[in-house]
Amino acid sequence: MKNTGLWIRTAIIIVITLIGIYLVFGPRTRPTSADFTWSGIKKNLSNNINLGLDLRGGSHLVMRVKTEGYLKNLTDLNQQAAVTAANDAKLPVTGTDVAEPDKYEITLTVADPAQVDAVVAEVKGKVDFTLWTETKSGNTVNWSLPAQQQAVLKEQAVEQALKIIDSRINAYGVKEPTLARHGRPANGQILLQMPGVDDPERVKKLIGSESKLSLMKISGESFQAYPTKEAAEQSLGGSVPSNKRVMAYSEKDDSATAATPAPEKPKQWVVVDYPAIIEGSELRDASAYSRTGNNNDYQITFNLKPAGAAKFGDWTGKNIGKYLAIVLNDEVKSAPVIKGQIFDTGQIEGKFTKNSAEDLALTLKSGALPAELEYQEERTVGPSLGADSIEAGVEASLGGLIFVIAFMLFYYRGAGINAVIALVLNMLLTIAALIMIKSTLTLPGIAGLILGIGMAVDSNVLIFERMREELRAGKDVPSAIKLGFDRAFITIIDTHITTILSSLILYLYGSGPIRGFAVTLILGLLINLFSAVFVSRTIFTWQLERKPNMKTLSI
Amino acid sequence: MFEFFKSINVDWMGMRRPLTMVSIAILLAGLGSAVGRQLMPGGTDSFNLGVDFQGGTVITAKFRQKPPEDDIRAALQAQGVADAVIQSSLDKPDEVLIKVPLFESGEAAAAPANTGNTNQSSNSQPAAQSNSNTNANTSGQPGATTAQSVDESQVNKGREIVKKSLDTFGKEAEGTNTLVDDESAAYKIVGTDSVGPVAGAQLRNQAITATLLGLAVILFFIAFRYDWTYAAGAVIAVFHDVLVTLAFFSIFQWEISLTVMAALLTLVGFSVNDSIVIFDRIRENLGLHRGESLYNLTNDSINQTMSRTIVTNGLVLLAVAALVLFGGEVLRGFSLALFVGSITGTYSTIAIASPIAIWWQEKLGAAKVKEPQVAKSEKIASASRRSVTRRPVTR
Repeated sequence: MKNTGLWIRTAIIIVITLIGIYLVFGPRTRPTSADFTWSGIKKNLSNNINLGLDLRGGSHLVMRVKTEGYLKNLTDLNQQAAVTAANDAKLPVTGTDVAEPDKYEITLTVADPAQVDAVVAEVKGKVDFTLWTETKSGNTVNWSLPAQQQAVLKEQAVEQALKIIDSRINAYGVKEPTLARHGRPANGQILLQMPGVDDPERVKKLIGSESKLSLMKISGESFQAYPTKEAAEQSLGGSVPSNKRVMAYSEKDDSATAATPAPEKPKQWVVVDYPAIIEGSELRDASAYSRTGNNNDYQITFNLKPAGAAKFGDWTGKNIGKYLAIVLNDEVKSAPVIKGQIFDTGQIEGKFTKNSAEDLALTLKSGALPAELEYQEERTVGPSLGADSIEAGVEASLGGLIFVIAFMLFYYRGAGINAVIALVLNMLLTIAALIMIKSTLTLPGIAGLILGIGMAVDSNVLIFERMREELRAGKDVPSAIKLGFDRAFITIIDTHITTILSSLILYLYGSGPIRGFAVTLILGLLINLFSAVFVSRTIFTWQLERKPNMKTLSI
Repeated sequence: MFEFFKSINVDWMGMRRPLTMVSIAILLAGLGSAVGRQLMPGGTDSFNLGVDFQGGTVITAKFRQKPPEDDIRAALQAQGVADAVIQSSLDKPDEVLIKVPLFESGEAAAAPANTGNTNQSSNSQPAAQSNSNTNANTSGQPGATTAQSVDESQVNKGREIVKKSLDTFGKEAEGTNTLVDDESAAYKIVGTDSVGPVAGAQLRNQAITATLLGLAVILFFIAFRYDWTYAAGAVIAVFHDVLVTLAFFSIFQWEISLTVMAALLTLVGFSVNDSIVIFDRIRENLGLHRGESLYNLTNDSINQTMSRTIVTNGLVLLAVAALVLFGGEVLRGFSLALFVGSITGTYSTIAIASPIAIWWQEKLGAAKVKEPQVAKSEKIASASRRSVTRRPVTR
């Protein structure tokens, strides 16, 4: 009876150990003979363990979507749209808006108080005010955005930004990126991790670039450029009316790159009609191409969606001989004369480099971000630095482990072998468990591993010291072993549960690196209950089985 | 059988007053350092917080030919960074850590133009300024009007400014090139940590909340398994350990980073572990020797477990010493915190946790001292009962 129990225990241990060895060292594809060589094992090991960015190198970015900017912009646009809608219907109104964090309001003042209801009806037909709270008093109409709806809109903005960033980094070809919400949802933070990317500047530019294309009309019949902004404003009589805009005109201005920063100020300014004929949302596709194939001679061609194409065709047909402004990010990139009706294709001329043209085409295609992003945290680890950290950490840990093993064998003799088996098994299974739950191993994770091993050593020491005490008190070997395990088990359980509980809290409330620490520690402790108690006890029981009348115990 | 301690009989509890004095002296020294540094005009801060917690940028640069630190400092000064910390790596002679403190918002605006958007950089700066005082009605694109926040400028500019400064020593091996690939390059930035003030505060608060909550859980669990007096003793001992470690960090101005936080959490684990081992023995002894005074029982329990204490903590200390000596620059703060912590963790169990537990229990009156709780599980219960009845006194 006792014997079968022992066999079952042994079988459990062997099976679990084999599973652990497979998880840590085994290949994930069909095994070949190469998998059993030293280098093959090493390769599988590094493939299996999912190293964190701090160990393998890469970029870690935390950004925040400026949701208040999104709401502010929405308020401004709605206000303008409302005023335009009313004025177009020959209902004279003036509009003001308030856009502060937590307070977004639009107020229309109607010239003729009798027309208030007509204005409201007209405006609501054109502008979406469903989420807004409407109040009418005298000759004014007020729409304000309640806090709850602000949260809804902010949430939408963050989710939309997440999608756009996702499409941009995927198109860029970042391998195995991690893109997720970060921190509390209300913070609007996004975490992006890119293994292997140690200079994230280009990715950052790509993600954050505003890249908003619009097609506008150059005011007047002919093309007129001014040397300064003031001169352009002067031509409009000193102030800019609401249906005009003054914009910088930088023809064939090469884009800035990291190597050649900040181009000089735009040389000229032009006046354009507002609002735009076509906005970036009407864009169907954009691509970079070069006629000559030179790296610095790239242009961007774009196609419009059917509705936009129809609108654009209609407009160009009516305005032959006038000048079109191709506006990118509030800057006029080119101003071609309209020679005939154009429907759905156009191009942005300029001496773009290949990279910048491709990035630009990509951002134009993926659509504009709902709001600007701000970077709150950026960490990059070069692959060599990560490798150095691993080396130092692993070497020091292994040195420590070897020393501990030597000491245990010296101090506890025969029983020391039990401890060594338990320790090695603990390490193996903890790493196997990390692989199994697909957790990443980071530097703090290694710290957790070290603490786990420390507690594993402690468990063994507790058990062995207890056995020595019992032997000293005159117990025979079998009951000393039994009492040693039974009594020490109470202590071990208490210490382990305490640490597991506090680690759980760390996992739940901590941030990235602290979580990594908590995960490895919890796994290490759970496994230790198996390796230091169950496995070690089974080995002692085997010893007793072989020599039931054992008089002395090597401990 | 080779043993360090066969049977020792030290009156630990009799030494509690002098031991407590030692703790108080260290804590006062730490407090003096923290407050003194804060109050001293132009002095350093209480703690040398890393960029993780206060924001800032740290660049690790690898040079082909490392320039003198003063030259790097001068180059940074030319870019408007006055108080950069330049730190040579001890174990890697060609690498340098450059720590740029948080920019003030005013400084950031005055700092050299940022890289910005590909096509917008030329007018982004004036646009941001002019828009901030124009009416909202005339605003253009989303976000274009929002003034640049400190966070953003920190994270975007920290690396750029350091790069500009270092470019005076030769060009960087950019992109995926290493110094070996690009023979004309003089240096390469191999690591960046840039944290804005908001993210820094967030990381700091999160770490503190998690640690305090973790301690609260420990308090409740020990109270449940033992007694409130023990729980208080253990938790106060843990606080003591963390404070003593922080005192060392303030006095020697070692840098506190996220990895140091991990080390503090580790030592919390070790310290509680140590306390529980001794409490467990006290609990057992309470059942064995009912007439004995708590004072003697605690002494006996500490003495009985001394062998284990020395072996375990000695091993941990030696392993940590290996980390301090050979673990490298990245792990330095972590190793130092663990080194200090593993010493005070052992010490505080004897000098803080146990005295508090028995002092409090004696206050409550001997009659009210709780009976040792018999564990809920059948197996554990039977084991302890057997040892109560059959085990001879081991003194």
